[in-house]
Amino acid sequence: MHELSIASAILEAVQGEAVRRPGARLLKVGLRVGELAGVEPEALSFCFDSLVRGTELEPLTLEIETRPRRQLCPECGRTFRVVDYSIVCPDCGAAGTRCIGGNELEMVYLELEET
Amino acid sequence: MSRVPLEKKVLNEIDRLAAELRARFREHGILCLNLVSSPGAGKTTLLERTLEGFPPGERVAVLTGDIQTDNDARRLAGFGFPVRQITTGGACHLDARMIERALAGWRLDELDLLFIENVGNLVCPASYDLGEAAKVVILSVTEGDDKPLKYPAMFFRAELLVLSKTDLLPHVPFSLASARENALRVHPGMEILELSSMTGAGLESWRQWLEERCRAVRPATPAGPNLDRSPSS
Repeated sequence: MHELSIASAILEAVQGEAVRRPGARLLKVGLRVGELAGVEPEALSFCFDSLVRGTELEPLTLEIETRPRRQLCPECGRTFRVVDYSIVCPDCGAAGTRCIGGNELEMVYLELEET
Repeated sequence: MSRVPLEKKVLNEIDRLAAELRARFREHGILCLNLVSSPGAGKTTLLERTLEGFPPGERVAVLTGDIQTDNDARRLAGFGFPVRQITTGGACHLDARMIERALAGWRLDELDLLFIENVGNLVCPASYDLGEAAKVVILSVTEGDDKPLKYPAMFFRAELLVLSKTDLLPHVPFSLASARENALRVHPGMEILELSSMTGAGLESWRQWLEERCRAVRPATPAGPNLDRSPSS
């Protein structure tokens, strides 16, 4: 259950942004979570909402975009999505493909209303 | 309404701190290993066997994390090397802030090897960089050989998999071959060792792995005061 500390880290960063935009009403923060990030989106949303409720951050919401694991084949240049852990290139059969996505835990945007 | 792009890592602040720790370890030629596993896989026992095998004066230290109690630190303190307990008080993982605090007062130039024994948990510690050179994941044969598939984030991030408690293999339905295959599916090229801290089988290859990794991080100093730092002295 480290989702609570991750939710706090997101709110800390959001508050940092809010300081730079005095008077703005924060609406939504967009997050990108890779399937290898080790973060459970549902638990994270729950923690986020619990931390926001009853504070001046209301009605801030969290929108999570999940990202699959993606590999790049150095032999043929194909990038592909990993299904069932198979990292063998579906085109040329090369086994030595490289992970290029799925690790993300990033804030992408902040939606706000300037007043 | 407007949308402000952020493109910012969530654990930015703590990742920055971890990067600082990594730079400090590198500067002092310290190999820092982050030991992760589920509770009861044998991290502390492996550390006991490891410390026991070191000659007095070996430049090694341990930080050990748990939610409560200093039992592990007490177990490990008997070998004469610096050991400190980090009690997280509820948190399910260690983070770089806790490591930085726990290192206070230790002279890093007196260390070659630092073990961090993480809180027993195959999930959360995967997300936290402690500035280590490598994560080592320990999987005991009393768990399932499909754990790498169930907890891929951890096995993907760890460089070495230690299959522990191999002395119990005759009593449990655990297949070393499936465990290896599953780990390699999630993390192709992952290094894998098998050992038993009880019988000592396989401990030699673990020691060799440590020695090789230590040698790799040691600054190349052909002459000067650091010459007495050979790993076996």
